[in-house]
Amino acid sequence: MLTYTIRRLLIAIPTLLIIGLAIFLLLELAPGDPMAQVPLTVPPEVKQAMREALGLGEPIHVRFWKWLVQILVVEPLNLIDTIFNTTFAEGKLRIISWQTRSPVMEIVAQRIPQTLWVVGMSYVVGVLIALPIGIISAYRQYSVFDQVGTFVSMIGYSVPPFFTGVLVIVIFSVQLGWLPSIYDTTLVVNDWDSFVLQLQQMVMPVMVLALQTTAQISRFMRASMLDNLNQDYVRTARAKGMSESVVVLRHVLRNSMIPVVTVIALGVPAVFGGAIITEQIFKVNGIGQLLITAIQANDLPMVHTLTFIFAILIVLFNLIADVLYGVLDPRIRYD
Amino acid sequence: MRLKHCLLAAAASLALTPMAIAGPDAGRGHDGDVKIIYWQAPSIMNPYLSGGTKELEAASLVIEPLARYNEKGSLVPWLAQDVPTVANGGVSADLTSITWKLKEGLLWSDGTPVTSADVKFSWEYCTAEGGGCAQSEKYNDVTGVETPDDLTVVVTFGVAKPFPYGPFVGAQAPIIQAAQFAECLGPKAPECTEANFNPIGTGPFTVTEFRPNDVITLAANENYRDPKKPAFASVTFKGGGDATAAGRSVLETGEFDYAWNLQLAPDVLSAMEAAGKGKVVADFGTSVERIMVNFTDVSPDLGERRGTADNPHPFLTDINLRKALSMAIDRNLLTEIGYGPAGTPTCNVLPAPAIYASTANDGCLVQDIAGANALLDSAGWVKGADGVRAKDGVRLSMLYQTSTNAVRQDYQALIKQWWQEIGVETELRNINASVFFGSDPGSPDTFQKFFADVEMYTNNFDGTDPEAYMANWACDQAPRPETQWQGNNMPRYCSAEYDALIAEMATTGDIEARAAIAKKQNDMLMQDYAIIPITHRGRVAAHSNKLGGVVMNVWDSELWNIADWYRAE
Repeated sequence: MLTYTIRRLLIAIPTLLIIGLAIFLLLELAPGDPMAQVPLTVPPEVKQAMREALGLGEPIHVRFWKWLVQILVVEPLNLIDTIFNTTFAEGKLRIISWQTRSPVMEIVAQRIPQTLWVVGMSYVVGVLIALPIGIISAYRQYSVFDQVGTFVSMIGYSVPPFFTGVLVIVIFSVQLGWLPSIYDTTLVVNDWDSFVLQLQQMVMPVMVLALQTTAQISRFMRASMLDNLNQDYVRTARAKGMSESVVVLRHVLRNSMIPVVTVIALGVPAVFGGAIITEQIFKVNGIGQLLITAIQANDLPMVHTLTFIFAILIVLFNLIADVLYGVLDPRIRYD
Repeated sequence: MRLKHCLLAAAASLALTPMAIAGPDAGRGHDGDVKIIYWQAPSIMNPYLSGGTKELEAASLVIEPLARYNEKGSLVPWLAQDVPTVANGGVSADLTSITWKLKEGLLWSDGTPVTSADVKFSWEYCTAEGGGCAQSEKYNDVTGVETPDDLTVVVTFGVAKPFPYGPFVGAQAPIIQAAQFAECLGPKAPECTEANFNPIGTGPFTVTEFRPNDVITLAANENYRDPKKPAFASVTFKGGGDATAAGRSVLETGEFDYAWNLQLAPDVLSAMEAAGKGKVVADFGTSVERIMVNFTDVSPDLGERRGTADNPHPFLTDINLRKALSMAIDRNLLTEIGYGPAGTPTCNVLPAPAIYASTANDGCLVQDIAGANALLDSAGWVKGADGVRAKDGVRLSMLYQTSTNAVRQDYQALIKQWWQEIGVETELRNINASVFFGSDPGSPDTFQKFFADVEMYTNNFDGTDPEAYMANWACDQAPRPETQWQGNNMPRYCSAEYDALIAEMATTGDIEARAAIAKKQNDMLMQDYAIIPITHRGRVAAHSNKLGGVVMNVWDSELWNIADWYRAE
């Protein structure tokens, strides 16, 4: 297992380099201009000078090499500096955002908390709701509960968050006035009242996102349970006189969880990627909103770095999912 | 009788009591927090490094210019004692220098005095080589800034400047602290993140925390020059989301006090306002949504020289046709659909300030399809079997491009319909704004290359002086390969008479005479139908009923008078 993991990690390095290059070239080839949002009252020669100040005058390969050194050497050094209070990275140029002229990683670090709170929480909530629904739906296939579960999943699959998000805002913020429609990222939770405020502002975005997660995971859980419930070993277990709860929760559930755990692990990178639309609707201003504003402003260093981070996470969680598979299922051995 | 008087007096005093506590003169920091939402979030607090309106306005809470424009568009002294003019001796008779006097006793928010050296430094900062200063145009032709004493600043220009109020005037060219930015000149400008996010200023507020593209928290400046102001102790400046959500948070849920740039469909906005929690405010600056007519042939067969003066347009060079295109448009209907209270139909490319606005072209406000048809008939354009006019084998078929935007696409659809009624075939195209307004010389789709027959967008100018703006349509401003397709003369309009007016404007100091020239320039462009103006666009904002003192200003930052804002109950 260890050799397998190491081998996979080594293969990941060229993969990520190629991904980094591909993203860079795609962004380079895409039309657009970081100065497009600057008002027309600013004359073109001034815009040209601004572009040159951003380093846009240099050839592509030089810029890619600089970026590579920055993300692989300078940024990790900076991280070490912040953690251990050292000065390895002093004087080295970091990846600078074109919009804010400040280090990209600092903004990312600023955005991670709200994204993890809201999107991460919605993932946890979604999974916690989805598992029991999937289990019961499969155990009582075609019952009323199963039909209702299928219906809710269908809604979760087919109604996009830009609809449900605005709908809940109109109901709970505008009509009833119970919940805030704008997320306050500066809120510090330090007592009961601020905790309640935090809960109030999180409820709507979390539920809107959890609906999507619930829909997907519960369908997986149900299908996987159904596959197992008809297996011979289940009949054997029942024949041995085991109680239904032991049969379902110990024998069937454990086996059914194998593919579901993989699906859950593969979904984790998406949590860090944020939820572009939902974050925008509720003004959560996490990673997703950061990415979309950077794209709109043609802030290439920001877009490039964010997408590369997502790529790393996806590669990493793919590996984790594969390893988990081996851990959970003794029949699968990689060595 | 006496009882009635007593009761009235009691009622009056009751009504007045809250006024005595809250209100504009309640004292600094009395009114708590004011919440402002900008649906495009500011990314930096230094307007010299970003030309964007959102950054400009956020920064205007903290850093201030020597003089700025008030809501009527007139210059008012801000950090300066008064506005220098030739009459008061502040501007030299030959118009090559201007002398500003700082107010006495001004302090930066860190407690140090504001001196003329800071003013001089602001010029050096913006003109330093390699800094990419977004506002360097404001310092055009400045040859030197001298500081005879701590309060006096003398700006000298290389040429006579009839309008010397570029440097240090308006939200675009504020004074920054020399001590804070001393190490940030030229290429080092972007490295000063701390200074760019937390500038030390003279304004009513100072930054306590800046989260780029998210939220800015500000606190009242303890060293602000008016000890009673600002009435608010802090500002929460939230960014992000979209215009609808921003409007909703002020007008419907009341979570925020002020929302910026609510460019929404008129019916949406009035429905929100009906909730009764706030007011929509609009005012008109110089923005005009206009159609540019291309005088050059953009056929791809022409290769390198397409879209240049070498190849005149096959049919748009006919003034009768251009006039007919303008006559066929119902500006009232378009404006009502697209902008509602935030727009008025216009027949001028220079609709404001009032002294520059011409009335010679107002006939265009009435749509006249029959007249346009008659005009084309008499000009020899004959309708074919397909309803499209042609003459000498040239069919009136045009490409009409603009940026992707719901209102613009509505305009396109309606105008296509009207032009069809006068026998002109139109193909519509919309281009992503970041490409259309980007000036990548490699892209064929920019508004400067203008590889189409007509195109539509909005433009305006900063401040109130139209000289530079009206000079956009000089012959040599035409974008072409020799200029790497840069330039502001999109129609490639070229007239010796017009260029002469531009030259005359550059040497005329008298305001009345300047107004006369500007009107003449506007009328020439309008009567040549090089530009077809449609809608004079306003700025729209909304503020809560609980927020007092808001004065909408389209000539400067909208938040220009935030020191006077107060909590109204």
